[in-house]
Amino acid sequence: MRFLEESIVKVGVEVSNAYEAIEAAGNLLAEDALIEESYIEAMKNAYKENGAYFVLAPHIAIPHARPEDGVKEASVSLVQLKNPVEFGHSFNDPVRLVFGLGASSSDEHLTLLRKLTMLLNDSVNVEKLINATTYEEIKKIVEMER
Amino acid sequence: MLKVLAVCGLGQGTSLILKMNVEQALADRGIDADVEHTDVSSASNMGADYIITGNELAESLTDHQAKILIVNNYFDMEEINKVIDENLVN
Repeated sequence: MRFLEESIVKVGVEVSNAYEAIEAAGNLLAEDALIEESYIEAMKNAYKENGAYFVLAPHIAIPHARPEDGVKEASVSLVQLKNPVEFGHSFNDPVRLVFGLGASSSDEHLTLLRKLTMLLNDSVNVEKLINATTYEEIKKIVEMER
Repeated sequence: MLKVLAVCGLGQGTSLILKMNVEQALADRGIDADVEHTDVSSASNMGADYIITGNELAESLTDHQAKILIVNNYFDMEEINKVIDENLVN
């Protein structure tokens, strides 16, 4: 189980659209061998088919696909965008934080979602994550929730 | 028992987050309810009293017999509490 460790968090990433943002969050998971490349395609397809419903809150997108699309380990990455990007959500655009969710069918999946929910239910944390300029700042916020 | 469905596109991630927060809100109010999470296509074949989902998916669920409740910010307990209070609390 992996949750926002240094190698799967990237600050100030430049992308020009939602697909590139999803790819960036997926690539972090793929580079650490937590998902297969196929999972990134599945995340983009889910967006194409179901729209931007995974933009769950103002500025926050949580792209994901199904465990069988190629998840090796339950995991959550974060790409903090340098410039906000429109995903096409009627209330929560533009997106600034993209949490790539490697959805597994294990109990760890539930544990990760609980951690993520605890972290993001606090709007002060969200504000800090948006404004962080280094991983160290993000680490502090994440560790407070442990 | 009251049955509530939390619905998202795939039924894997975001609906689980919504389920957790809805369960919390219901527990805070002492409302005994069975909250399940599912994807938007399975939801149409599942019985429920209420469906909670985001605005983006609500349109494809309008034929469902359940009452549809919309939450825009899944991480805003105030919004979730308000939706519950306005619709589920007598």
